[in-house]
Amino acid sequence: MTARRISSHGAGRSIAFTFDGQALSGAEGDTIASALLAAGVRVVGRSFKYHRPRGIVGAGAEEPNAIVDVTLSGKTTPNVRATTEPLVDGMSVRSVNASPTAATDRAGILDRFASFIPAGFYYKTFLWPDWHLFEPRIRAMAGLGRLDRSHEPAAESPAINARCDVLVVGAGPAGLAAARALARNGESVVMVDDQDAPGGSLRHRHADIDGMPGVDWAEAIVAQLRAAGHTVLSRTTAFGVYDHGLVLLWQRRTGLPDALWQVRARRIVVAAGAIERPLVFPDNDQPGVMSAEAALVYLKRFGVLVSQRIVVATNNDKAYGVAAALHEAGAWVMIADTRPRGAVAPHAGVEVIHEATIDRVSGAQGVSSVTVSGRSIKADCLLTSGGFTPTVHLFCQAKGRLRLDETIAGFVPGDPVAGMAVAGAANGAFSLSRALAEGHATARGASEAPRASSPDDSYAIAAVWPAPRGKARQWIDLQNDVTVKDVALAARENFRSVEHLKRYTTLGMATDQGKTSNMNGLAAMAAITGRTIEETGTTTYRPPFVPVPFTVVAGRRRGEFFNPVKRLALENQHRAAGAVFREYGGWLRPGWYGKGKPADEIAREARQARETVGILDGSPLGKIEVIGPQAGAVVDYNSYQTLATLKPGRIRYGFMLTESGVIYDDGVVSKVADDHYVVSCSSGHVGGVVLRLEEWRQDRFDRRQVMVHNSTPEWATLTATGPRSRDLVAMLALGVDLSDEALPHMGFADGGFSGGPARVSRVSFTGDRSYEVSVPTGKALALHLAMMEAGRALDAVLLGSEALLLLRAEKGYIIAGKDTDGTTMPQDLGITGPRDRRAGEFVGKRSLFTENALRDDRQQGVGLTVADGEPPLPTGAHAVETRGGARRSIGFVTSSYQSPVLGRPVALALVERGLSRMGETIEFVHLGATRRATIAPVCAFDPEGTRIHG
Amino acid sequence: MQLFPCPFCGPRDETEFQFATEAGKALPEPAGDVSADRWAAYLYLKDNPKGVTREVWLHSTCGEFFLMERDTVTHAVIGSRAMGGEA
Repeated sequence: MTARRISSHGAGRSIAFTFDGQALSGAEGDTIASALLAAGVRVVGRSFKYHRPRGIVGAGAEEPNAIVDVTLSGKTTPNVRATTEPLVDGMSVRSVNASPTAATDRAGILDRFASFIPAGFYYKTFLWPDWHLFEPRIRAMAGLGRLDRSHEPAAESPAINARCDVLVVGAGPAGLAAARALARNGESVVMVDDQDAPGGSLRHRHADIDGMPGVDWAEAIVAQLRAAGHTVLSRTTAFGVYDHGLVLLWQRRTGLPDALWQVRARRIVVAAGAIERPLVFPDNDQPGVMSAEAALVYLKRFGVLVSQRIVVATNNDKAYGVAAALHEAGAWVMIADTRPRGAVAPHAGVEVIHEATIDRVSGAQGVSSVTVSGRSIKADCLLTSGGFTPTVHLFCQAKGRLRLDETIAGFVPGDPVAGMAVAGAANGAFSLSRALAEGHATARGASEAPRASSPDDSYAIAAVWPAPRGKARQWIDLQNDVTVKDVALAARENFRSVEHLKRYTTLGMATDQGKTSNMNGLAAMAAITGRTIEETGTTTYRPPFVPVPFTVVAGRRRGEFFNPVKRLALENQHRAAGAVFREYGGWLRPGWYGKGKPADEIAREARQARETVGILDGSPLGKIEVIGPQAGAVVDYNSYQTLATLKPGRIRYGFMLTESGVIYDDGVVSKVADDHYVVSCSSGHVGGVVLRLEEWRQDRFDRRQVMVHNSTPEWATLTATGPRSRDLVAMLALGVDLSDEALPHMGFADGGFSGGPARVSRVSFTGDRSYEVSVPTGKALALHLAMMEAGRALDAVLLGSEALLLLRAEKGYIIAGKDTDGTTMPQDLGITGPRDRRAGEFVGKRSLFTENALRDDRQQGVGLTVADGEPPLPTGAHAVETRGGARRSIGFVTSSYQSPVLGRPVALALVERGLSRMGETIEFVHLGATRRATIAPVCAFDPEGTRIHG
Repeated sequence: MQLFPCPFCGPRDETEFQFATEAGKALPEPAGDVSADRWAAYLYLKDNPKGVTREVWLHSTCGEFFLMERDTVTHAVIGSRAMGGEA
């Protein structure tokens, strides 16, 4: 193509870039596409399926072909649309789906086999002969850009919340007229436009409005809006409309990361314009076949004349203006008009062929001649205009229904959607004066509409829709390589609904989402099946309107911010002590301490804690205060075990059940006074337990008589566990009588520490004598210091979560959700007392007596032992039994550890009828390996429980 | 993204809310008198209507359960109010 930069433009600074390794230069203000055109690059990429050479077709978001990978400062961004991406100095641009270059793609030969891989080819291989024969090849060949794995963009795209009375989408004539009138009516306006400057079509189709050039008028309105405090965003795409007036915007910013705007608008004005669709004829995918309107954009906005010899094929009058402009710029231009006559006269010097048919285009890797009505015309560019398709995406996303407007040969919004107005070309109003009037009318009762002083362009379309033509390949969807024949094939195989057509042929499923092809595709299906276009209908429109980078959608909610962990007040102290942190129940906690092999460190901690005393940070354990005259009733109703008989100063262990009778959590409840309880639940269940208490408090009890408060973050808890734990706590001088008479197991007492309160609770999760010492979070550091100091004399050890998990497994203490699953009820752990004897109501009670709950083959919690010298069982291994030759799972290992004090493995499991199988040896299977283990009581260490008092 | 009106805090983003249950379901009790069918219906059977529905929602940020009437088809929110002892 003999494209060139015409002299009146190109005064801007020269910008150096490369395309497929070739050094080129563009001008300041260029997009990648305009620079490639000006540099004479015809083949910019290869098609997705057949690897056919393709050139630039459009000038905006609708572009199907010019998708490129862009490397800048060593970072590669894949699948950038060349028509919308500003050219930057030093950019290295690479074509996609082509190797080594777009012009010399090796896989180009694939096109010769096109007839063997029609639409639906791979669906058919699912049936015969075998999809797997083709899958690796197809996967390797398909796809667009290459992902640069080393390029992980920083999580720095902000999400900006905004609200306004009216959001105006599009800053063309209609959008500007709307924003102007709405602002004058006193409404707050946010106006967005995906271009780098306002004006829309005024930027390439000159017109005077209110006595000034259109672009000046546009800039004046934007200036007025900004001055009055309204928001105008350029290079910003409204890509999705969601419930209750939420619209998401993707804003490209120079020198700053892209931003995501979340705008709540009372009303939305869609003035998104229209997109030119191509005429469809044989070999219409040749590089050099372009949108007529796009050629005008390149000429007027970028000073790029797309060719010296141009045929303009059209079915409407709009392209006449394009032909005139190109002719004036110095090109030889001929119009091939499919209509018997146009409504406007051609520009002097432009020949017109009426009732023209485009028989074919010829050329290798680009148009060199065009055959019009049997006449071969030497031209290296064929511009086509098959009419304009209103951009109704946002209206349809808001569940708007379309109607076919025959006068414009396109779908336009039908019955209005509440809270939304559609104006201008998006509404099928293709003349400037109607666009201005419709935009203005979105503000009720506003004065003085803007007036166009130039006459309107006429449109006068006579629709020409694609139809099969012999063996020729006529391309409808350029990005996904779908032809009219593919549509006919889909119809033959009875995929006639547009939704089936779309999925079977992939029409409109590429990254351009069929912006230039959907209308032609459904019209072709209508023609082939003998239905009307309206009967055939459109596919569903869904966000996003254009591909939006994940970095923008995710914004800063990545990595640590995606799901932030809760942190201990003493994190730094643990870190200084050599802690290796892991996440447990949403908290970042020390897993173990020390640089040795984790298993060794954990065993060391566990062994020493049994010998002397271990110090553990137990702060994440739930501390939920339930206060008020009905506090006892609330906690009792939420507990499986009776709490009504608990005395002040005492603690009781119990389960919290779901209404289905399943164990939700286990924990201890401390009774401070008749009207004050503290529920201590698993650290990962605090939120859920608070919610359950709140739900029943509000639903069942007198909410004025009881309140629930989660005080977990207000307290730091350090636990001392082991034979020397009392000695250690005694050295803290908390003012609490630590004798077993005054503070027995499952009792607590309040004292003081460092000028504040302190609570000491005798609760044990290790089976050894233990003391939980809680102080206000502000005193955490002081308590830690005091305990470490006291511990030095007692040979204390810092205990991480892993060692704690091991110690409790030796004792058979469960972790709810690990050693229980979504079916485990209290009786499955052998705790049947409350079910059998407790009077009155409690949560989940009825569920404990269902047929299912009373089955005798339920999975029950048991311990496991293995033969001497064998390693621990794998957690998750399935218990299996073989009956009648069939093997089935009867349970699984829930916890498994090597016990350092016992010198053998310990394990917990859920096994069918497990409690009645003590001593039975059964098989366990894991990843193909089979092991044997013997069912034993859950408690493997100190079964008499003497150490808890020792 | 929907906006739900918390009776205590005003309109807030739907991400602040949790669905609790369909309104109008009373807990059958005492447990000893509730038939298996009735209990199963209470636990598992939902009307899940197409159109207008009354539901109990929790505004997680303030911790209050409340009644909301909304349309499951159009997502229009008809109204909400604090619980007055019934659900």
